[in-house]
Amino acid sequence: MSADLAVTAERQTTWRRPPFILNAWLRWSLIVGAFAYLVLGIGSLEVNWARVVQGLERGYLFVKAFLSPDFVSRWDDIQRGFIESLTMTVTSTAVGVLLSIPVAIGAATNLAPRWIYLFCRGFIAISRTLNEIIVAILLVAMFGFGPFAGFLTLTFATIGFMAKLLAEDIEEIDPDQLDALRATGATFWQGLDFGVLTQVLPRLIGLSMYRLDINFRESAVIGIVGAGGVGDTLNTAMDRYEYGSAAAVILVIITIVMVAEYTSGLLRKRIQ
Amino acid sequence: MTTATTEHAAPAQWRRRAPRTELLVFGAWVFALAFVSWCFQVMTAETIWSFVTDAPKQAADIGGRMIPPDWGFTRELLWPLWETLNIATLGTLIGIVIATPVAFLAARNTTPSALFVRPIALLIIVASRSINSLIWALLLVAIVGPGPLAGVFAIALRSIGFIGKLLYEAIEEIDETQVEAIDSTGAAPAQVMAYGIVPQVAPTLAGISVFRWDINIRESTVLGLVGAGGIGVKLEAALSVLAWPKVTMLLIVILATVVVSEWISARVRQKLL
Repeated sequence: MSADLAVTAERQTTWRRPPFILNAWLRWSLIVGAFAYLVLGIGSLEVNWARVVQGLERGYLFVKAFLSPDFVSRWDDIQRGFIESLTMTVTSTAVGVLLSIPVAIGAATNLAPRWIYLFCRGFIAISRTLNEIIVAILLVAMFGFGPFAGFLTLTFATIGFMAKLLAEDIEEIDPDQLDALRATGATFWQGLDFGVLTQVLPRLIGLSMYRLDINFRESAVIGIVGAGGVGDTLNTAMDRYEYGSAAAVILVIITIVMVAEYTSGLLRKRIQ
Repeated sequence: MTTATTEHAAPAQWRRRAPRTELLVFGAWVFALAFVSWCFQVMTAETIWSFVTDAPKQAADIGGRMIPPDWGFTRELLWPLWETLNIATLGTLIGIVIATPVAFLAARNTTPSALFVRPIALLIIVASRSINSLIWALLLVAIVGPGPLAGVFAIALRSIGFIGKLLYEAIEEIDETQVEAIDSTGAAPAQVMAYGIVPQVAPTLAGISVFRWDINIRESTVLGLVGAGGIGVKLEAALSVLAWPKVTMLLIVILATVVVSEWISARVRQKLL
């Protein structure tokens, strides 16, 4: 052992991994800062431990409910919720995708004049920044309770999402094809049809499938604020402490999402 | 008209598709349109249209009540904002801690058993991803009671799937030669993990985490609607008494928070990757 120490004194023989942040002062202040934040943050949570302990039993009941979900007693409500959610998903995706195409063309620098570009980008920014739940609250206040408000919410969100990603794709198309078309005397619309759409179609279809998946998940949530769909069913079940029905709803959501993800993955693989 | 004297009567005009395909495409469009309209009919079967046609009036009315925003309300929002920030950050941290081992169990090249462990890990990831954090919050509020604790765990439960999925995909795409190199020095499995795999995915994990943190800030602003703490509690309270000037102020604060967190996350990711 003493021999080892002697060697270390001469030259360092063991390799040590270099630190992630080279500046030692910055590294330590980050570590200390992170710890200080953790202490402050956890301290601010104000946990009511008595309530938590009491809740553990409910948690156990809930886990048990997942093992024996109750599809039967509220089947009508569950069915209604899912029909609303699924129809909302289909209609809002279809309408949203259709409306997003002109917005995407307007938001592509290589096709649209400046003022249209700014307008469309502004619309996309608003649509993407506003949380779906908040949009749903406002639309429910305006259009009344029910899936129609949910349909509008999801359509609004779909336009922002699709238009942004599609506009990026349109900006990256091969301009030669469009030039070639223009050289033959093609009109603006013909150029769009044969020069742009043909190039972005695979991505358009892929994104639509992806959005269909997202819209279904969101449709399960916005019911909590009254915009229809299965979220409404779930909210009611939780309010009544019917954990069995709630577990049934959640299991069906997970199943549908899994199936949707699998099929959309298959479709996207075939198209691209 | 008279110039068309070639033997094979060529089509007069170029067509993009053969007539048969054209008919098929047309049929598909008709079917899609019919299906969407049918869905719309089913969906709006119970819609009260007088509420819908009344919407512009309602919108103008609410819009009028929302202006001007209640600026003085901002002072009351600092504490809920701090709580929102904590829910998002602590939730993300717990999410990372749980998601990392799950991702290693789910990745084909690091899983101990592709037959038994991998499907379970994938199921955890899918289940967590399918359920929105607001639904997790709804469940957790019923279990642990209202307050930010339910929010933290709701965010954490949703983050596991997101971080887990992106991380296990990153692990599956690592450079195997580095792993072999460490292995050939006689390193133990844990050492192979620490020196061969972890350094390759650490930047990705950091990037994913910051990205998820940004999303979590956005989601934690509305968790309060179901009682899971943060600024959403104030929103719920203001909405339930129809205090529209306060609602406007809340929306402004929420939007500002989301924009700032998005900016921070974009800057950090730019530096990391």
